Amino acid sequence: MDYLNALVALANFVIVPGLAYGSQLALGALGVTLIYGILRFSNFAHGDTMAFGTMVTILFTWWFQSMGLSFGPLPTALLALPFGIGVTILLVLGTDKAIYAFYREQKAKPVIFVMVSLGVMFMMNGLVRFIIGPGDQRFSDGERFLIKARTFKEMTGLREGLAIKTSQGITVITAIVVVAALFWFLNKTRTGKSMRAYSDNEDLALLSGINPDRVVMITWMIVAVLATIAGTLYGLDKSFKPFTYFQLLLPIFAAAIVGGLGNPLGAIAGGFVIAFSEVTITYAWKKVLNYALPDALAPDGLVQLLSTDYKFAVSFGILIVVLLFKPTGLFKGKSV
Amino acid sequence: MKKLLMASAAVALTAGTAFAGGHAKEVKLGVLFGFTGPIESLTPAMASGAELAMEEVTKSGKLLDSATVTSVRADTGCIDNGLATANAEKLLAEGINGLVGGDCSGVTGAILQNVAVPNGLVMISPSASSPGLSEMADNGLFFRTTPSDARQGQIMADILKERGVQSIALTYTNNDYGKGLADAIKSSYEAVGGEVTIVAAHEDGKGDYSAEVGALASAGGDVLVVAGYLDQGGLGIVQGALDTGAFDTFGLPDGMIGDALPNNIGPDLDGSFGQIAGSDSKGAEIYAELAKAAGFDGTAAYTAESYDAAALLMLAMQAANSKKPADYMGKVMDVANAPGEVINPGELGKALEILKAGGEINYEGATGVELIGPGESAGSYREIEVQDSKNVTLKFR
Repeated sequence: MDYLNALVALANFVIVPGLAYGSQLALGALGVTLIYGILRFSNFAHGDTMAFGTMVTILFTWWFQSMGLSFGPLPTALLALPFGIGVTILLVLGTDKAIYAFYREQKAKPVIFVMVSLGVMFMMNGLVRFIIGPGDQRFSDGERFLIKARTFKEMTGLREGLAIKTSQGITVITAIVVVAALFWFLNKTRTGKSMRAYSDNEDLALLSGINPDRVVMITWMIVAVLATIAGTLYGLDKSFKPFTYFQLLLPIFAAAIVGGLGNPLGAIAGGFVIAFSEVTITYAWKKVLNYALPDALAPDGLVQLLSTDYKFAVSFGILIVVLLFKPTGLFKGKSV
Repeated sequence: MKKLLMASAAVALTAGTAFAGGHAKEVKLGVLFGFTGPIESLTPAMASGAELAMEEVTKSGKLLDSATVTSVRADTGCIDNGLATANAEKLLAEGINGLVGGDCSGVTGAILQNVAVPNGLVMISPSASSPGLSEMADNGLFFRTTPSDARQGQIMADILKERGVQSIALTYTNNDYGKGLADAIKSSYEAVGGEVTIVAAHEDGKGDYSAEVGALASAGGDVLVVAGYLDQGGLGIVQGALDTGAFDTFGLPDGMIGDALPNNIGPDLDGSFGQIAGSDSKGAEIYAELAKAAGFDGTAAYTAESYDAAALLMLAMQAANSKKPADYMGKVMDVANAPGEVINPGELGKALEILKAGGEINYEGATGVELIGPGESAGSYREIEVQDSKNVTLKFR
């Protein structure tokens, strides 16, 4: 029996990747949930907004790198992030003015908004591919690891290594900071309170003198910030490819719905639920159990509940179960 | 206005037929590779290889009374059966006389069954290596200048055994190529007494592979064999396994051999090994020189096989003295194998002359072509090791 090695193996292959992936999903789901709560529709263009923001960040990163600018051990992309956010804010405000504002004036039904966002998604999809191409782009630089698996083994003398990538560390820390800032904004500032009021009861909010245009504008700005940060973190941790961002839409929506659409706390919880369920249910527990159990009980097989082919099925299985038994999601959101 | 349109259309039509008449002695070869998709980094050099052979033949002016050979390129997407079939039909409509392609195994099977067999088109694939293609009903229309993966599985098992590897974890890209190769590696390796701890599929085009890497790491093994694509999931798996320290050494079959992989991963990949179809015949050197002069890398994956595929098509046409697939399909095996005068790359003109005079040739080409059984290469492989972030050829098997 060797609990320490079991714990390290679990941390290395389940907890660390799960935390990073969960944070990325949570940031993405927050954006989706804000739009749903305040503008009252499911924004299918969110994945491609993330791709657009990341693309702009990458272009600035390359420009900074060519000028020899760097951020020491941290990736240069963090320096470029504010610029990426700025351009993305302009893009989403532009699409809102040109497209969504028209339908808002018509008081169009939510389902029409959803279809409109689908159209916006395809346009952004094309725009990103047109500018940066459909291929893989790598833009991470600086120190790659906080702890390397080999160094960890030498330091501790354990048989299992623990690796933490810089990008994983940055992802989790940034996610905490962003979420804290968002909650402070929503709960403590006047603008944040007016946004929540608008979300809770639109007519009452209008009667009490809240300017709806301002609420809508600020919502889009926050969403652009969240999308760009989430996309850039994901790209730093893995790699940037427009198609994978488009596919990210599925787990992000799953996370938002599991948590409860329109509820920011739920979006965060949902992100981690989806990420950990994907990693843990398809994980082969053999190694961990071999360390944790006495020899007589150690398993011969892989102890894998489901083959990794089914990892997407897992998140959607959870989604269906939640919708069946708790249609408003784990945290009370709006029913879908 | 309407009349003017009609008139110009009529003029264009007659001009078109006039041109067609002028090109009666034209041979058109389709080049159908995945210029987009998982192996898009390999295909440009492959197409250049095929076109090098066509240019050589055109310049010699000895094919079928000095016909010019033109290449028509089209895309398979490597994993997109619909696209590949549609493009094969498009090539057929453009009047090709033979097809160099497809590239990946799945689309090659689809093109063969849906387009080549119904229309009687001869196709020679330089890179489709799935064992399943050997058994597919092809009416004698399908050949490949690359060996079946059943053979590659044996080679990989031999290399692993010689290096003293006791156990491997095995992951494959979830398609015809990956599954066929993984099965071949597993059965051959177990036959020589090795242990396969896990066989797990991965999907291409995903961002996150931590679940797959976690499962592979837990199963353990001395080496992780990745039967995938270097532009796709294969890269993600190798990167993830290195980052978490799950595996240090990788077994890399042909889909993972290419300069892009060591370039993207960096020095951590040093010491990993694998194999790719290739031979130490004199032809390989000559071909590399020819390719260099033409401005591309002749040692890149499957470009020599592409040259050979195009050359075989044209030599068979000359041997049958016809560019009709039904006439020359029976001649492909004849020109590829002994007896006859040995033909190396750059000697296509000489070969055409011998054939015209009624003689026999044994086309060796850039890869030491020897077609066996259902028209596939007997198979020699280059054993590769990654040293200083470069793919280095250790020896030939």
